[in-house]
Amino acid sequence: MAEREVVLRRLKTARDVGKFMADYYYELDEASKSAKRKIAWCTSVGPAEILRSMGFLTYFPETHSAMLGASRMAADLIPSANAVGYSPEICSYLTADIGACIQGVTPLAKAFPGIERIPRADVLVYNTNQCRDVQDWFSWYAKRLHAPLLGIETHRGVRKVTEAHVSSIAAQMENMVEPLERIAGRRLDMDELKNGVALARQCSDLWEKCLGAAAAAPSPLTFFDSVTLMGPAVVGRGTQAAIDVYRLLLEELNERIEQGVGAIEGGERHRIFWEGMPVWGRLSMHSRLFAGLGAAVIASTYCSSWIFNALDPAKPFESMARAYTELFVVRSDEYKEQYIKEKLDFFKCDGIIYHDAKTCPNNSNSRYGMPQRLQVETGVPALIINGDLNDLRLISDEQTKTNVEAFIEQLEESRE
Amino acid sequence: MSSIYVGVDVGASRTKVAVLDGDRNLLGYAVKKSGVDFSATAADCLRQSLEMAGRRDADIAYSVSTGYGRSNVAYAGETKTEIGCHARGCYLYFPKAITIIDIGGQDNKIIKLDAQGRRTGFKMNRKCAAGTGAFLEEMASRLDIALDDMDTLARQSTDMVRLGSFCTVFSATEVLENIRNGKKVADIVKGVFFSVIQRILEMDSLSENVVMTGGVVANNPYIVTMTEEQIGRKVLVAEHPQLTGAIGAAIYAIEAARRGIL
Repeated sequence: MAEREVVLRRLKTARDVGKFMADYYYELDEASKSAKRKIAWCTSVGPAEILRSMGFLTYFPETHSAMLGASRMAADLIPSANAVGYSPEICSYLTADIGACIQGVTPLAKAFPGIERIPRADVLVYNTNQCRDVQDWFSWYAKRLHAPLLGIETHRGVRKVTEAHVSSIAAQMENMVEPLERIAGRRLDMDELKNGVALARQCSDLWEKCLGAAAAAPSPLTFFDSVTLMGPAVVGRGTQAAIDVYRLLLEELNERIEQGVGAIEGGERHRIFWEGMPVWGRLSMHSRLFAGLGAAVIASTYCSSWIFNALDPAKPFESMARAYTELFVVRSDEYKEQYIKEKLDFFKCDGIIYHDAKTCPNNSNSRYGMPQRLQVETGVPALIINGDLNDLRLISDEQTKTNVEAFIEQLEESRE
Repeated sequence: MSSIYVGVDVGASRTKVAVLDGDRNLLGYAVKKSGVDFSATAADCLRQSLEMAGRRDADIAYSVSTGYGRSNVAYAGETKTEIGCHARGCYLYFPKAITIIDIGGQDNKIIKLDAQGRRTGFKMNRKCAAGTGAFLEEMASRLDIALDDMDTLARQSTDMVRLGSFCTVFSATEVLENIRNGKKVADIVKGVFFSVIQRILEMDSLSENVVMTGGVVANNPYIVTMTEEQIGRKVLVAEHPQLTGAIGAAIYAIEAARRGIL
């Protein structure tokens, strides 16, 4: 179909987010070199608030691996992990990151001059709410780096979050305190924890409002913007700096809405919802592909994964347990379908794309008939694209292009 | 002389050109191996098609291209996807709610249309050659037979060999194993055809009216017969099943002319 010249309007606040991330990594690097502060490695939806309240700086390998994907280094690194027994069929975040460690490379070195390696680990803490792979991933590092490993085993397929779910996760978190205190060399200060939870909640609320701004027509931001702006919500929740940067972002998004300025020039003829992981190494290509067809991919389940409405400083352990169990990724299909239906309605989407990520079954919701069921129920056409989050060897760009073009053609013709 | 409209389908394996008049009658066509110079092949196919139609370049009102090489056709005014073009092309011959099965050289598609010819959904095969024309080429090579002989051989089968693998490479290994075990080539070829059909039927459900298109169907009509046996009903096939994409592209060219965007 006829493609048009693509003009993507970059958000000014992207620079502030970039500075936030630079400050974050330089602080980690300094702590790693000087050993003045302890460093905890944490999974992306792990108990970061507890770690921060004990004075740990937190490092998130998933974010590092997303950088390996975005910098298109991953496919060269994954074979090294395969060679030591980690299958090419499992999480390519894991295999790319372990491969990077084996080869002694990091995208941080290129992005942030002066940083030569990933930070050291004084402790590794995981929560399997993202998937079981994080446990294996962190276990490998624990052995390699001779660092202690602590973990939370989460519930999966949760339809309704019950007190039983919450209390079991809260108990696991509380049980972590004593070993963490020994590693940190200090006691947990409950006031500090409550303050951290309060800051994390503020960050979450602001991030939710930023993502919600995409409900405006034209949308002031796209999914492809959001995935590059979500860094502070992942690595910085619980800090004032993350709150400050999202206040700026929200202000800019509201300005765009007031002025009727959309993220893609030339107008958005179609509003698309994205379900699943981004293809990190194809963010630019995909953003241009959709924009060139007059389609704005405006919202996603993925970026909303760092919204934690349940966080409550009055009940830190219980509310963290609830927030981290209410996550989309651990819920039942019944819950997920209702959630997506509400989002399609809220964002006024006329199409939905499911990314079936080959190595991420946990975050690919197209394998058990969900697209077909939701299409019948909502009437919103669905497209499944086959790809992967990090392993570009599993992607056919030409097939993706043809699929997306044909899908937008279909949406276009349904209006005629 | 009245205007003519050109559709060009530059596929991974073959390039097809169809020339239509304003009433959507097929006046000329050509099919050639796409080769490595898509642009030259598309130009050559156009020249042959115009000769067949008895028309000249100057009569062309508009051209639309489709297929993997759609961006390489210098004379096309715009591009459309193969999915859209097969839909247009098939609906011309079968104007009702249909499910189209297109078996191409490198990919398979299932396209669903409602009674008004609007697309209600489509599926393409994954990044895998199983069940495509490329799969047949690989199997013909392993069996040391000509691609053109497969249809005749499959019809001679008396005891079809079932291939169990999804994968083209593993299927080739299975073929070798069957040869070693003394199975007849005709029985293996029919098994290869059966495997193609299975790969397609697992892609999506089918509606009542099924249309088959593509070069594999054009060259191996026995696959249509076998599909009919599998699904238990007649399958519709256009007169030129390999051309429906190109014909659909030409129909888009006519529609563009009617919208006055030329």
